[in-house]
Amino acid sequence: MTNDKVITANNLTKKFGDFTAVDHISFDVHKGEIFGFLGANGAGKTTAMRMLCGLSLPTSGEATVAGYDVYKENEKIKKSIGYMSQKFSLYEDLTVKENIQFYGGIYHMTDKFIKEKTATILNQLHLQKEANTLVRSLPLGWKQKLAFSVALFHEPGIVFLDEPTGGVDPVTRREFWNMIYEAADSGTTIFVTTHYMDEAEYCSRVSIMVDGRIEALDAPGQLKKTYGAASMDEVFLKLARKAVRTAD
Amino acid sequence: MKQFFAFVRKEFYHIWRDKRTMFILLGMPVVQIVIFGFALTNEVKNANIAILDNSKDAATASLIAELNASRYFALEKNLVTYKEVEEEFKKGKIKLAIVFPQHFGEDLQHFNKAQLQVIADAADPNTANQLTNYATAIINDYQDRITNERKLPYTINTEMRMLYNPQLKGAFNFVPGVMAMVLLLVCTMMTAITIVKEKEMGTMEVMLVSPMRPQLVVFAKAVPYLLLSTVNITSILLLSVFVLEVPINGSLALLGFESILFTLVSLSLGLLISSGAASQQTAMFISLVALFLPTVMLSGFMFPVENMPLPLRIVSNIVPAKWFYSIVKSVMIKGVGLEVIWKETLILGGMMTFFLTMAIKRFKIRLA
Repeated sequence: MTNDKVITANNLTKKFGDFTAVDHISFDVHKGEIFGFLGANGAGKTTAMRMLCGLSLPTSGEATVAGYDVYKENEKIKKSIGYMSQKFSLYEDLTVKENIQFYGGIYHMTDKFIKEKTATILNQLHLQKEANTLVRSLPLGWKQKLAFSVALFHEPGIVFLDEPTGGVDPVTRREFWNMIYEAADSGTTIFVTTHYMDEAEYCSRVSIMVDGRIEALDAPGQLKKTYGAASMDEVFLKLARKAVRTAD
Repeated sequence: MKQFFAFVRKEFYHIWRDKRTMFILLGMPVVQIVIFGFALTNEVKNANIAILDNSKDAATASLIAELNASRYFALEKNLVTYKEVEEEFKKGKIKLAIVFPQHFGEDLQHFNKAQLQVIADAADPNTANQLTNYATAIINDYQDRITNERKLPYTINTEMRMLYNPQLKGAFNFVPGVMAMVLLLVCTMMTAITIVKEKEMGTMEVMLVSPMRPQLVVFAKAVPYLLLSTVNITSILLLSVFVLEVPINGSLALLGFESILFTLVSLSLGLLISSGAASQQTAMFISLVALFLPTVMLSGFMFPVENMPLPLRIVSNIVPAKWFYSIVKSVMIKGVGLEVIWKETLILGGMMTFFLTMAIKRFKIRLA
């Protein structure tokens, strides 16, 4: 566990005017890990994630993703990561196949690769029959699974998931997490934000953000021990109550 | 390049899937040309008139016959008393009344001088003006004819020539105007909306996380609308030449080049708007209020810029459509070449560069 850090953050900070959205956070994420990034609304999760993805420039501090610096090498970072946003990120008026092919196209994949990979994805998701259906008419759970597959399309080493299971039913959430496990098993690092505490239990390690700072960071079992709690839910409530900021 | 084409293909899917919008975009110029061409003309035809003939002689009879024969007037009613004139106007049945006094013909014969009264409904001043002009012209014609018969020694004959548009057709004026309007609407509004839509949907974020360069996103968005505009330019020109019989006197290549230049100006404006607007409604509102209205009012298409107060005349210079309107009129109707319109062309080129640079710059800032 020494040289396999794929994400490092050191005193990473983001200020918007007087407001410090992310306040000197430091952490490392290891290869193949499922890293849970927890926090109440407005705690600064999304801002932190955006800095790591190269969408937003940090105010101060250091961070590397896949060994590349977030200030200078964000073009290289972009090639090594996958991203699934909070909002649904596929095109509703394109078919399943067209969406997959489009993402293949903008990630510079070869035609042969796109063709093979499309078939694989459709197979995995049992969507062969729906290949030419508009994404609009798929159920939400299927869309989310498809969006995840698309984020993994170019086989990135790290994938960032911003609340991927919001509004999805428990069965589909379970299936979704199976997909996450599969991806992690094959060596992909998963960086995931969530509001569901049962999902936090599935993570290898969890960090809990309160008011822009990381208040706790450990394996879920370890956290429960430290805080003398029966579930992650309790751990989270104990920490989140300290928050001064109101949720947005 | 592959990224670029993947993106452009996606844009075409968007347009193609939204059939209603696509038909509006392609059908709008056709409908506008047809409406402007056949319904919204400022020429007055077959205006109803009433005549109060107190003289009833050969002279009044032939004058009335001539008025009635012209395509501008249709005799609605012969009146008997002067009081009826106002009643008819109030009823709204007539637009113009002509009153001949008693002994009109006799006066003309014996004193070489007679009077008649032309009364117009000036509730609509433009129409009233036009109708009285038409009526005066017809009366003058008649007068000329009888004077010639008598061979008076000194007469001044004014010969008027209406250059470039001898029939004074309204189409010569609005075809360039409609072109400017349609291109602006399609390019500016649609590009602005489509980019802001991606921001709203959250797909833009995914795009920015991808290795695709932001400039490429911007250009790929513009390509389909450039093509769509080419189709629109073609249909407008075909309609105006073959249906409205407006000639293309200048070079078609030059006209095409200038149209594409204006399209690019509009596209860059759309991109600039999209970089500032947060929602589709805002984008639409800015496009409509900040662009469409000035285009209609300050381009010279509806109201002549020369007659406006100085501040408005100065403001009109920043309306791209003003320059394009002037270019199209010069090339299409007057048939002049680049040597006359180089200034306008340069201005449009400058505007395009400015808007595009601003758009790309602001798009990049959003990234950081």
